[in-house]
Amino acid sequence: MRGGAIPVSPARLRRRRMVNLVMTGLCTAAALAALLVLALILWELVIRGAGALSLDVFTRATPPPGSRGGLLNAILGSLSMTAAAIAVATPVGVLTGTWLAEYGRDSRAAGLVRLFADTLLSAPSIIVGLTVYVLLVVPLGHFSGWAGAAALALIAVPVIVRTTEDMLALVPDQLREAAVALGMPRWRMIVGVTWRAAAGGILTGVLLAIARIAGETAPLLFTALNNQFYAWDLTGPTPSLPVVIFQFAMSPYRDWQDLAWAGALLIAAGVLLLSVTARLISARGRK
Amino acid sequence: MSVLRRLPAVAGGLLLLGLSIGTAQAADEITGAGATFPYPVYAKWAEAYKAETGVSLNYQSIGSGGGIKQIKAHTVDFGASDMPLEAADLKAAGLVQWPMVMGGVVPVVNIPGIAAGALEIDGPTLAAIYMGKITRWNDPALVALNPGVELPDQAIAVVHRSDGSGTTFLFTTYLSSVSADWKKDIGASTAVEWPTGLGGKGNEGVASFTGQTPGSIGYVEYAYALQNKLAWLKMKNHDGAVVAPESKTFQSAAANADWAHAEGYHLVLTDQPGRDSWPITGASFILMHSQADQPARAAAALKFFAWSYAHGGEAAEKLDYVPMPQAVVQMVEKTWADSIKGKDGKPVY
Amino acid sequence: MSVEEAGPMPDIISPGIISPDIVSAHPVARPLRLSALPAGLRWDGPFRRLTGVAALMVVAALAAMLVVLVIGALPVADRMGAGFLVTQAWNPVTDVYGAVAPVAGTLITAAIAMLLAVPAALGIAIFLNELCPHRLRAPLAVAVELLAAIPSIIYGMWGLFVLAPVLASTVYPALIDTLGPLPLLGALFQGPPFGIGVLTAGLILGVMVLPFITSVARQVLAEVPPVLREAAYGVGATTWEVSRRVLIPHARRGLIGGVMLGLGRALGETMAVTFVIGNAHRIHASLLQPGTTISATLANEFTEASGDIYVSALTALGLILFVVTFVVLLGARALLNRTGSAGR
Repeated sequence: MRGGAIPVSPARLRRRRMVNLVMTGLCTAAALAALLVLALILWELVIRGAGALSLDVFTRATPPPGSRGGLLNAILGSLSMTAAAIAVATPVGVLTGTWLAEYGRDSRAAGLVRLFADTLLSAPSIIVGLTVYVLLVVPLGHFSGWAGAAALALIAVPVIVRTTEDMLALVPDQLREAAVALGMPRWRMIVGVTWRAAAGGILTGVLLAIARIAGETAPLLFTALNNQFYAWDLTGPTPSLPVVIFQFAMSPYRDWQDLAWAGALLIAAGVLLLSVTARLISARGRK
Repeated sequence: MSVLRRLPAVAGGLLLLGLSIGTAQAADEITGAGATFPYPVYAKWAEAYKAETGVSLNYQSIGSGGGIKQIKAHTVDFGASDMPLEAADLKAAGLVQWPMVMGGVVPVVNIPGIAAGALEIDGPTLAAIYMGKITRWNDPALVALNPGVELPDQAIAVVHRSDGSGTTFLFTTYLSSVSADWKKDIGASTAVEWPTGLGGKGNEGVASFTGQTPGSIGYVEYAYALQNKLAWLKMKNHDGAVVAPESKTFQSAAANADWAHAEGYHLVLTDQPGRDSWPITGASFILMHSQADQPARAAAALKFFAWSYAHGGEAAEKLDYVPMPQAVVQMVEKTWADSIKGKDGKPVY
Repeated sequence: MSVEEAGPMPDIISPGIISPDIVSAHPVARPLRLSALPAGLRWDGPFRRLTGVAALMVVAALAAMLVVLVIGALPVADRMGAGFLVTQAWNPVTDVYGAVAPVAGTLITAAIAMLLAVPAALGIAIFLNELCPHRLRAPLAVAVELLAAIPSIIYGMWGLFVLAPVLASTVYPALIDTLGPLPLLGALFQGPPFGIGVLTAGLILGVMVLPFITSVARQVLAEVPPVLREAAYGVGATTWEVSRRVLIPHARRGLIGGVMLGLGRALGETMAVTFVIGNAHRIHASLLQPGTTISATLANEFTEASGDIYVSALTALGLILFVVTFVVLLGARALLNRTGSAGR
């Protein structure tokens, strides 16, 4: 505490208690409000999506209107593109965050990289898609799942950079000094001490990145395109849940709209599952 | 430490990724992209065609502008657009275009007590409403068009598309052809500077605003008016006859259109002659290179289109689309033979 | 391919940008033969370089985007010149374009979103870390993060079909009646209550960025060394005082990072905004009237635009968003650094 000893006159004590009550009340209200909004949106999602969930959704490809079908091809495409994107974005993002927090720190170069990474955060996803389109799709002459994964990775990287740096910055310098004093080379200090100390936070960043890209439509439209059939590799047009949701939700046909809601529910459920599992794993790791 | 040990593996993975991006795409899958409007019917045809022949035709809706850009960039086997390109543009880009399937744009309203087809309207009045010159439902112009119908003294809430769209292109092209004021002040395009009203995203958005707002008027594709059970209006056409939106009146507009004199099939089917013609009819077009990059793939795509013309009519009508009249199909097939060729100059079809 | 084979690595630590440089006192900073280094130390240089290369990749990605955008924006710059920056019109028929309305809409909606989300996120983080029963913490934290998992098109459709009608029928009429007549402030709350418009977009954006800021805030507040928190509680400070005077100042840097994360998302969010903002290329004084943002304009018009100038105008808008973001981030950083009570 700054400001020295805490005054104990009864009037001030009462006032401090009041302030405390009001402010903690507001904090609680904020939490309740967020939960309420979540509940309202989830309600809508479950009401409209759960009705359309059936075994077909997981076993059949996207149908034309009026035919029997599901979302399997889109689920597979989304899984593989997201996995590929995260596999690239995590090392790049974590290493960049590490450079900022451990090497660059307050230098001018780090300030610039930080600013660039934050600017990337707000790049409209359609611009990211456009860039990948110009650099990958046009030169190769066709749309591909790899191009889609590249676009998603570009969106995920700044999220991971931001959180990694923030979490590493929270690791007390005493820990670093202690490690170095013990004769640890710096890289081992980073990998073995600071990364380990910040592991939970870095994981949060990766999860946020996955959540962010799991529902992105615009960057995939001009890169992965979409595919109404199965696409077993990522070298051709690849289907994805968000694009299917977008196209089906905006259609006039009831069966397509139902599938769109089911798809949205799947994305939300998938990210939830991932988040809970990751939390369990990191909780077990700490014990 | 563990991450460092894995570095070579990561580097190897990246290399593999780079290599696999470079490999060519499978040849038994045709890719097309473009207009949103025909997407459901192309998907339907593709499913049936695959079941019959084993050939996959993957069509994706990325917008008409997207379709034109993609075929010019050679990233797809064919492009699709609701907006036909001018003959000069086609020539400059080395493209061939033809109409594939049709639909209509339908004005819809939400006035308590007014059912589908109960009101009629003509082009100049519609233009005046969308310019903000007619602002109430009991305006004399509307009353004169609908003798015997009780019109409420209610403000008109104008709803239009907020996104760029082929539907808006057809609607504004029609208004430009029937109203000199509209043509001068606003014009026709996939998106225009609306003088009044509220923008909804997509046909769905317009349908939902119109459904929610009493006193509103909007315009949507035919299928959305039917599926959302919106109150559509009858319209006075080029010949002065009052028609309802249905397959027959869309077909009539196409049949009466002068395709033979439209160079490169550059023809917008709005305000066509014929007593039965629906005034805001439109065709969706396919675009392909006149010199095929890969003749085998071009031929496969053309076979699919020929199959769709011959066998796809019923499926199209089920989804509220309108197949092209037979006379137009014959013209188009002749165009394929005449103008789509391989590098050796041999026709691919 | 191992890093040892990648050639000689003479200087292990290049001087200059490290501060505080913990390792520079070590006797291996000058050219030494790799084999002479103690085990493990020879990895220091390569590791550092590896992180540097990653950072360069991020810079390169941004540079690539800028190059693509600048080249794409040339045609409209040629046609409109600097007028593009001061024109409010947006007319694809006559090919006259101006960026004023979308830029204003982007700034206003992001500001509304941040005004709403930053205090709420801090409050939620304090609630989760300090007030909430232990057993509920993890589930509630996951619940808030779940808000980030909902695809943005769903936010848009929920905003359009569920939220907008409620706002139009109850909330906005009340706002117009109570705040509308006020001088100055009243101008923000006038006109017919459509239910969609700039304020609705700001509200939806606020909800969308909330989980991002909350997650980071919760994490960084939790990382404050327990000894600090316990000491403060020990001398009799209330929960609010501990949060306000100990936790928040200590975690400031991380909190700023969280705010930047949210701000970035609010400035660039595309799909949800297009559904609820009404998409009018006009600037209204009233927050209840339709407007547009840069990314909403791109999402609405990019796919159907076919004219070269039209596409170029949209690309130029994307470029302007980068510049706007850059300036806003610089400003926000300066502001937050100045108002913060204590540094790290």
